Amino acid sequence: MTEPLLSVSDMAVSFTVGSRLAASIKHEQRLLRAVDGVDLDLAKGEALALVGESGSGKSTFALALAGLRPADRGQIKFDGRVLPSRRSSADQQRIQMVFQDPYSSLNPRLTVGGMLRELIRVHHIVPQGQADSYCKELLRLVGLDGEAMRAYPRQFSGGQRQRVAIARALVLKPDVLVADEPVSALDVSVQATILNLLADLRAELGLTLLLISHNLAVVRHLCDRVAVMYLGRIVEVAPTEQLFADPRHPYTKGLLAAIPRLTADPVREADEGPAVVGDPPSALRIPVGCRFRTRCPIAQQRCEFDDPLLTAAPGSPAHRAACHFAFEGAIDAPPAGQRAAVPGKGD
Amino acid sequence: MTIGGAGALSGAGTGGTVLEVRDLRVRIAARHGTVRAVDGVSLEVARGEAVGLVGESGSGKSMTLRAIIGVLPPEAKVTSGQVLLDGVDLVPLSNSDLNRIRGPKISMIFQEPMSALNPVMRVGYQIAEGPRVHLGYSKAQAAERALELMRRVGIPDPERRFRAYPHEFSGGMRQRVMIAIALSCEPEIILCDEPTTALDVTIQDQILRLLASLCRESGVSLIFVTHDLPVVAQLCQRVAVMYGGELVERGHVHDVLLDPRHPYTLGLVRSAPDVEYVRESLVPIPGSPPSLVSPPSGCRFHPRCAFVEQDCRVQPTPLRELPGGRYTACLHYERCEEALADRIRP
Repeated sequence: MTEPLLSVSDMAVSFTVGSRLAASIKHEQRLLRAVDGVDLDLAKGEALALVGESGSGKSTFALALAGLRPADRGQIKFDGRVLPSRRSSADQQRIQMVFQDPYSSLNPRLTVGGMLRELIRVHHIVPQGQADSYCKELLRLVGLDGEAMRAYPRQFSGGQRQRVAIARALVLKPDVLVADEPVSALDVSVQATILNLLADLRAELGLTLLLISHNLAVVRHLCDRVAVMYLGRIVEVAPTEQLFADPRHPYTKGLLAAIPRLTADPVREADEGPAVVGDPPSALRIPVGCRFRTRCPIAQQRCEFDDPLLTAAPGSPAHRAACHFAFEGAIDAPPAGQRAAVPGKGD
Repeated sequence: MTIGGAGALSGAGTGGTVLEVRDLRVRIAARHGTVRAVDGVSLEVARGEAVGLVGESGSGKSMTLRAIIGVLPPEAKVTSGQVLLDGVDLVPLSNSDLNRIRGPKISMIFQEPMSALNPVMRVGYQIAEGPRVHLGYSKAQAAERALELMRRVGIPDPERRFRAYPHEFSGGMRQRVMIAIALSCEPEIILCDEPTTALDVTIQDQILRLLASLCRESGVSLIFVTHDLPVVAQLCQRVAVMYGGELVERGHVHDVLLDPRHPYTLGLVRSAPDVEYVRESLVPIPGSPPSLVSPPSGCRFHPRCAFVEQDCRVQPTPLRELPGGRYTACLHYERCEEALADRIRP
């Protein structure tokens, strides 16, 4: 395999939460490990999806990747060069981000033109004289006309705002576009236009895309590869079709089984138990050993102390999972007698 | 609940009809004119049946729910129509009469449980309040009832959780508390306003299964409002699609979602990525939803419709019955069948 464009190794990001006094009285942990040792490679031109439940750390990871939040440890290698913790504006420019909510991520007091021109001026993208024509070309690329230059965000619908947000990310000519739930705040009929736009832009500009989403249908439609995150760690990563056809981590299996389907048969499925039991544990109290074991249907004694590493499938190095039993073919039929007690559905 | 089962399948078992909405209209007075939020909606819900009500934001689906249970915002009013619950029309009832019905007959679950629960009241008391007020339970009986409900909706360790506050619960557990409150007086029908939209997919799956088992085991009926078509397929037997304040299609869930007879439903199905079937590209619905102050003449969907003909622009389009017990408002619904050729039927 060729050298990846972007390579993240052992990244960790944590926050300190709550007050010191309350924590000392109640003996509570204050360090919230949002991202807890993530390794991830992005090849040039690929679209990688990062999926997981809320609180799994996927957005925090994206912010750290885009240089908008400092990481505690780990390194980001970009184009074969390690990015320093304080990035130069030239480095900053190459990884750009689109946020979830186009209502709060655009400055309401700047026109679209003002927003774009400011970026061009600060980063010296094109000479001042060409700024307007460059902006117009960019807006055309995201499906807005030149008139939009003089308009304020409030004059646009949700879908159009998201187009503006994408134009703002593209104005700096980035190599990597990080899109954090770009369609989940939009209406169903509008989501399709933005998803199609992202696919077109990728083809047209050769962008590398990191798509963060909780919607696996969106992911399957748009991405080449999927990484599944759980409590700050990647638990499985595989090419999209392989992941959907042959998930190996019990969490991925549950996640896929939980997606509502248009062709569902409620009568047939009514008697089955839920796809994944219980709530995810708090990131303040990540279980020792395998972090999924409290909800895992096949958890065994070993999982309580032995933290599984992300290991590759035999014969298929692109498919990796962090479960002791991922590639033993043991997932479907756990030895019944050896099941560890699953401690309730507590959250 | 054999009657309920039969009614659910035929979709119109007369003996089993719990709720009937007839030609409901809701108007909202706004600065820029009168918003026709709900415009002639008719629905029927059989005992033990879950009916989905889908549409985009602004289609009037939440307003329909609020009008049914009588909790419209002050500027909105029901201008005509009937809401028959067990044959009694709820529309003309006073608020105090409605209060006697809300709880024991009809209840509601909201999208965001944190803002629907009282943040400074222990959840056990919030669940016990209904039985105390409506069923005349003593404090001890009501507490016992609350514990039983908490067990039934799958809240672990109810004795301890009884005295907890809503903020100590996760999103999924709060929604379970909401469901316990809605169930506390054994209502005949529960109105659900996007109860799983704010939840993660694994938790959504748990809540949908819980609701389905409640329908099956206690014969309670549901109206489930959502914009998520697969969620409807998972839970509901029948579905009604709303657009611009009107119903545009109604029928059995599999008929409507897999083989739509209205271009708007078809548009919704084709614009959403499907986890089982990957298409080359998604087909968005062009344009944007209509203004409800001055809606388009004729069919309200005609400005965005690919199959539009001259008569669509002028002729009103009420729901019409098609063979197979389904209804559509489209004058040229046959065109949908041709357009469906690119979709794989299971």
